[in-house]
Amino acid sequence: MRLGNLKAIAIAASVIWAAGCSTTSQDTDSGDSMDHTQQQTDEGSATSQGTDSSSMTHGQMDTDTGMTKADVMSLTSVFYFDFDQAVVRAEAFADLSAHAKFLVDNPSQLVVLEGHADERGTREYNMALGERRAKAISRYLTVQGVSNSQIEIVSYGEERPAVIGHSEDAWGQNRRVEIKY
Amino acid sequence: MIRLLQTWLFCSLLLVSILTRAELTFEVTQGADNPVPVAVVPFGWEGIQGLPVDVAEIVSDDLYRSGLFSLMERENMLSFPSQGGDVYFRDWRLGGLEYLLIGKVLPDPASNGYRVEYELFNVIEEQRIAGGFFGGAKKDLRRLAHRVSDVVYEKLTGIKGAFATEIVYVTASKVSKDRYNYRLQKADADGANAQTILESREPILSPSWSRDGKNLAYVSFETGRPSIFIQNVATGQRQRITAFRGLNGAPAWSPDGKRLAITLSKDGNPEIYIIDIATRNLRRLTRHYGIDTEPSWSSDGGSIIFTSNRGGKPQIYSIDLSNNWIERLTFEGDYNARGGLTYDGRHLVMVHRSNGVFHIAVQDLKTGRLDVLTETYLDESPSIAPNGSMVIYATQDGTRGVLGAVSIDGRVRFRLPAKFGDVREPAWSPYLQ
Repeated sequence: MRLGNLKAIAIAASVIWAAGCSTTSQDTDSGDSMDHTQQQTDEGSATSQGTDSSSMTHGQMDTDTGMTKADVMSLTSVFYFDFDQAVVRAEAFADLSAHAKFLVDNPSQLVVLEGHADERGTREYNMALGERRAKAISRYLTVQGVSNSQIEIVSYGEERPAVIGHSEDAWGQNRRVEIKY
Repeated sequence: MIRLLQTWLFCSLLLVSILTRAELTFEVTQGADNPVPVAVVPFGWEGIQGLPVDVAEIVSDDLYRSGLFSLMERENMLSFPSQGGDVYFRDWRLGGLEYLLIGKVLPDPASNGYRVEYELFNVIEEQRIAGGFFGGAKKDLRRLAHRVSDVVYEKLTGIKGAFATEIVYVTASKVSKDRYNYRLQKADADGANAQTILESREPILSPSWSRDGKNLAYVSFETGRPSIFIQNVATGQRQRITAFRGLNGAPAWSPDGKRLAITLSKDGNPEIYIIDIATRNLRRLTRHYGIDTEPSWSSDGGSIIFTSNRGGKPQIYSIDLSNNWIERLTFEGDYNARGGLTYDGRHLVMVHRSNGVFHIAVQDLKTGRLDVLTETYLDESPSIAPNGSMVIYATQDGTRGVLGAVSIDGRVRFRLPAKFGDVREPAWSPYLQ
């Protein structure tokens, strides 16, 4: 139970850290007020959902003695981002926390985080953006105890789209980080 | 039976001629307001076997593609002179023609190649204004024709021609659900003679020419991770220059060809470095938690421009290499990236977003004036011709990447529809020897 509490605190801390990070990167990424409003809304929901997800994960950990690889494979492994942003969305927290738990329990398990961007903007800038996104996911995992040595980051920028097309929907599906075991 | 054979032969010849039109063909979408009327007469040739290429057609296409000239149709020509004495100016003044190019191709026994002779006339003043010859190997006949185009262009516009140059570009095609085929290709500036320099299942990007035209630098993911390579164009010999943890991207040759400006994220964030090719010594230029990438040198090698989102959104900055002083260059629009300077340092060409749409724009660095040059969709990767007259760039046609070109004043535009795959990241060579 005590361990469970500690983990809950760790998760809560990582949510705060992620929110903190997002503030930093929002400050640097946003130039106009419209973006700012939107980001503040994102952040608001991030905090509230973050609490939800941590309690949910907390519950899982109480009953659970360890995740199997099959359990991990059933989790979401693709996480999406907003345009020109590298902020982890609140909806990702629950599954990311479960990935983190599995990696903490299996310290020899390595993982590759593949960062991607949509086709808009220049290729090398998007390469950097893909890396930023993978790093945001990496930070979420390491705050929960995953070792840096378990994680490798590779950005493909806009070179490997998940979906071909010029629609908002296609772009949304391409701005992503994929966790690969 | 003979008839059938003839039909078959004709069809297969047609097929060959279509195939030899190569992977890129041009189509002028907008020309200058008052193009100068020019006639390029079929070049004389007395050999028994036909020539592999039509020199006059290559020259005509070059001049047409510049958007500055209108070319007389062959069927409207009253005669086909191939030397000055055979020209009757009165015939050519009909229809308002101003300039006439004639010439002939001769075998060159010494080099076992060809010699292309040409003469350019001002039809109104009845004067020969240029003449000469170029010689070379048989396989270089197209190149010799482009050299003639360069002379005509320079004589008539006062600007050095850039037809006898090359472009490199990347193509991608989807082989199966999760498999792509990437190719780094090189072609003449008119799209002919396309050759594959490198083929990989993994992404290839950011090709860049050394200023002497002898080497390329590019990024290849062939090991599964990005690495910067340099490759000799003639020999194909290549070396891996960097494979650091994280990003290895955006190589740009210094004017002296000894160093590359590159992007690495090995120290945490994407930063600009200069690597000495011989010693592999690194000099770090930027220190910022934002994204710094896409370096490009000024012609004198004294400064580097780069893209950074340090001010909130991607904008173009310049760093003075003598004192590391950083200055912001772009202020209009919320996304300016992948900047490149013209050889005279006067203009900055970039990817510019306005109203959510990405176009190629040029900024006059003296006056600060910014002009959007293109009207196509998702325009990126601008690369400037060595004479500064045109910018080649990547754009979209449906879901396919194609190449377009636009004059630096925005008045002339043409596109190069690709026959195969998705074409991107063109890089225009410097003048070639």
